[in-house]
Amino acid sequence: MLQIKSWIGVVGLAALAGTVLASPGHAETLNALFMAQAAYSDNDVRNMTHDFEKANPGTTVNLEFVPYEALFDKIVASKAAGGSGYDVVLYDVIWPAAFARDGVLRDVTDRVKANIDTAKVFDGAWSTSLFDGKYYGLPWILDTKYLFYNTDMLAKAGIATPPKTWDELLADAKIIKDKKIVDYPIVWSWSQAEAVVCDYATITAAHGGTYYNDGKPAFDQGGSLDAVKYMVQSLKDGVSNPNSKEYLEEDVRKVFSAGNAAFALNWTYAYAKANDPAESKIVGKVGVVPAPGVAGHTEASAVNGSMGLGITAGSSHPDLGWKYISFLTSQEVQNKYAQLSLPIWKSSYDDPAVTKGQEPLVAAAKTAISVMSLRPVTPSYQEVSTILQAQIQNALTDKATPDAALAEADKAAARLR
Amino acid sequence: MKRSRLASTLLYAAVLLFVLVTLAPVAWLLILSLSPPADLTAKPLRFIPSQIDLSHYRRLLDFGANTPGEAFLLGLRNSLGASVGATLVSMLVSIPAAWAFARYRRRAVTATLYVVLATYMTPAVALVLPLYFMLSALHLLNSVTGLIIVYCAILTPFTAWFIKSAFDALPDEIEQAAAMDGAGVFKTLLYVSLPLARAGIATAALFALLLAWDEFFFALLFTSNADAKTLTVTIADFAAGRATDFGLVAAAGLLTALPPVLIAFGLQKALISGLTTGGVKG
Amino acid sequence: MQRPGSISPWRLLAPMLAIMAAVVGYPVVQTIALAFTDARLLGGLGSAHWVGLDNFIYALTDANFLSATAHTLYFAILSVGFETLFGVLVALLLNEKFRGRTVCRALLVLPWALPTIVNAIMWRLIYQPDFGVLNAVLTQTGVLSGYRGWLGDPDSAMNAVVLADVWKNYPLVALIVLAALQNAPADLYEAARLDGAGAFRRFQVVTWPVIAPPLLVAIVLRSIEALKVFDIVYVMTRGGPASATKTMSFFVYEESFRFLRVGSGASYALIVVLICMVLVTVYMRLLRHGQPA
Repeated sequence: MLQIKSWIGVVGLAALAGTVLASPGHAETLNALFMAQAAYSDNDVRNMTHDFEKANPGTTVNLEFVPYEALFDKIVASKAAGGSGYDVVLYDVIWPAAFARDGVLRDVTDRVKANIDTAKVFDGAWSTSLFDGKYYGLPWILDTKYLFYNTDMLAKAGIATPPKTWDELLADAKIIKDKKIVDYPIVWSWSQAEAVVCDYATITAAHGGTYYNDGKPAFDQGGSLDAVKYMVQSLKDGVSNPNSKEYLEEDVRKVFSAGNAAFALNWTYAYAKANDPAESKIVGKVGVVPAPGVAGHTEASAVNGSMGLGITAGSSHPDLGWKYISFLTSQEVQNKYAQLSLPIWKSSYDDPAVTKGQEPLVAAAKTAISVMSLRPVTPSYQEVSTILQAQIQNALTDKATPDAALAEADKAAARLR
Repeated sequence: MKRSRLASTLLYAAVLLFVLVTLAPVAWLLILSLSPPADLTAKPLRFIPSQIDLSHYRRLLDFGANTPGEAFLLGLRNSLGASVGATLVSMLVSIPAAWAFARYRRRAVTATLYVVLATYMTPAVALVLPLYFMLSALHLLNSVTGLIIVYCAILTPFTAWFIKSAFDALPDEIEQAAAMDGAGVFKTLLYVSLPLARAGIATAALFALLLAWDEFFFALLFTSNADAKTLTVTIADFAAGRATDFGLVAAAGLLTALPPVLIAFGLQKALISGLTTGGVKG
Repeated sequence: MQRPGSISPWRLLAPMLAIMAAVVGYPVVQTIALAFTDARLLGGLGSAHWVGLDNFIYALTDANFLSATAHTLYFAILSVGFETLFGVLVALLLNEKFRGRTVCRALLVLPWALPTIVNAIMWRLIYQPDFGVLNAVLTQTGVLSGYRGWLGDPDSAMNAVVLADVWKNYPLVALIVLAALQNAPADLYEAARLDGAGAFRRFQVVTWPVIAPPLLVAIVLRSIEALKVFDIVYVMTRGGPASATKTMSFFVYEESFRFLRVGSGASYALIVVLICMVLVTVYMRLLRHGQPA
């Protein structure tokens, strides 16, 4: 059963896209690629799509879900194979530069300008699709990493307010460890994967770091160096879970939800999951604040972990594809599914229907979204990220000092062809 | 001859160790798949499930739309199709070829055998890009047919070499007698050589089946959805970083391993005798 | 030798050669051609330029690739070494007469028949740092003082992967050796025993000559498999931690499908092939030796 409200949304949206609802559309099929994840789960996407098919009789959308690790490969492989594989793809905020260079996604600048009031959507969300002044899709998942904490443990340790700076976080964690409340108070996703770059970028932003100087890689100085030093220090102090070096976000969520950590850095979805009795032992004890800042640099920090929906360059159904992504990213649909993924629309954050039951998260989001920073922007992002992952891990596993590891990262990044 | 008591004790200790090392990891997988979720995160760990929990298997055997069970079932279908298909094709082409390798000792033929063998050494990564473009042009990406074609490249050198060795082991006189009786090459091959080399050929087919069932790299890159995703890719997806339901992963892994393990157990005698008659004599 | 009424061998070989040419021959030629260009996965092959040996020079001056080569060789030497050792020992064990031998021989095929991906997932669950059974066993028996991460520590990760690989693959070596042992002439054993030769001497004089040729073949086959290693790493560690388990095949995959540099990826692939070729040469020699003249 569709609620009246979303029907209004469907009608409004259909009008918006300049189409007449229930026009006897000829049968068209779309192939869409998503990722298997918790926020906008497979079933959520299926339900949204089902509503879309109902509103557009004769349309079928074939959905495919792959793990995040395979998403990039699939998009690229489909393009390499002649580009007729998918019409609509979900893509990560770090890819548009490469996609623009290789012509993977269709330029939808005219459609965006004609149909959407861009000011109503957060700028941070637009960075998923805006590259070099052109739009390559629509933002869909507005996401960043927050600092989650176990309110029970903080109370036991006598800590009244959650940490505001990264140094405070270390100090608080030390208190909790010394009081034997938990062995390793902080847990991170520092496996050799994109996950570790997200955490590193958050801490780098907090220290006011940048990645390039005059277009040259400068990872071994300023905030970037401070960030890696901080990560290594937290392991040396014994306040970070050493297994973080092999964790991805799901592992972090598991450890935190099992009550085996006081602090965790994780995406939006972890809030609802940590409060889900079926999966968590700490229901009702979940605190969330923006990732901390650094005295003299920042109040708070955040990495832009958003994702967008684009139409592939090879698609033969660009109009229907546009209709579909407009529908999925519309405020009505996003508000309806706001419990795991917060909308891209500014006004939703003051809508009681959206904020209900997740007020602390929404409050943290308001701050975090305004300070979201991007990971290094370059068409060679995949390579740069791979270099960083390896070198950060070298530092974390004591194979090299932070200085040496990042100097090595500079050298490797400068060598890229 | 009688063994001394000490030797006996040592022997049985070694046997026990062997059984333990072989069974322990798989037993752990079984325990994982039968334990209620709470047991799996307990410290100290429970080695015996607090209760037998069949829910993971139930989930895999529930074939409703969009369930893990459905993904598993379709993966099973694709794996069966790809491995049986590829084995059949590779046996069909490699039996006559193997016979030629075994019976014609010309330099060119022997050289061909070595070239074919050398292809077995080629890492999949060295073929994957051109094959990708090729399958794409033939519209065979994400299809079981496409996988069958590609798998033939892996299986054929193996089966050809194995069956050649089996033919090598046959005494020449029998075939020559058949030839004297006026049987043509194909008749001789079909009615005389094939039945005699049965064990070796069965072993080759078994190897081929297991190789194809086991394949991951091509399947990972050439398939994208339930139309052609094989079981190995499906369970690797189950186990990918962002969805870690240990019990479900363990159950899916066990079920994936079941067909090849059963085949191997059933043909284990043929396997050892097949390895004896051919395959390793070179 | 030719027989009366026989046909040209090429007619028998044709179907196989056609398939091999299409699925291996042509791709290999194209890969070789690609390796000397700057072809990209996207942008079509048309936009590729000839760059001579650039890709190879880049690869061989890349510290990361060289360390991946070292990791691969380490993995190959260690895993094949242990597979050989355990393979021979277990084959000798299962060649003895004892009660339950048939069951044990059947058990031997269990790890070998387990799909590689299932094996990789199984060991990942065993090594799992928080709930894994390995930590539990070692801690509860007092070997370890507390839980530790096996795949998160560069010093232990590759060894952990090697262990998983050895467990699955030594049975193949054992099966081949076992098969060879059954061909060993019993009367020779008897004669050696009557001559008063000890167990070790009997192994040296009678057993070793019988099992050496097939064992060498098995070693080379396993070495080639080990040099190509990809899937077990992909599932267990994805090349981490600190790139400690990144192998050459992983590099080719990354270069081609992540960084989209097909030309460069092809050159990496060729380097892997070359290393395998050296082994193939050894292998051919062995085959020739094994041929009854």
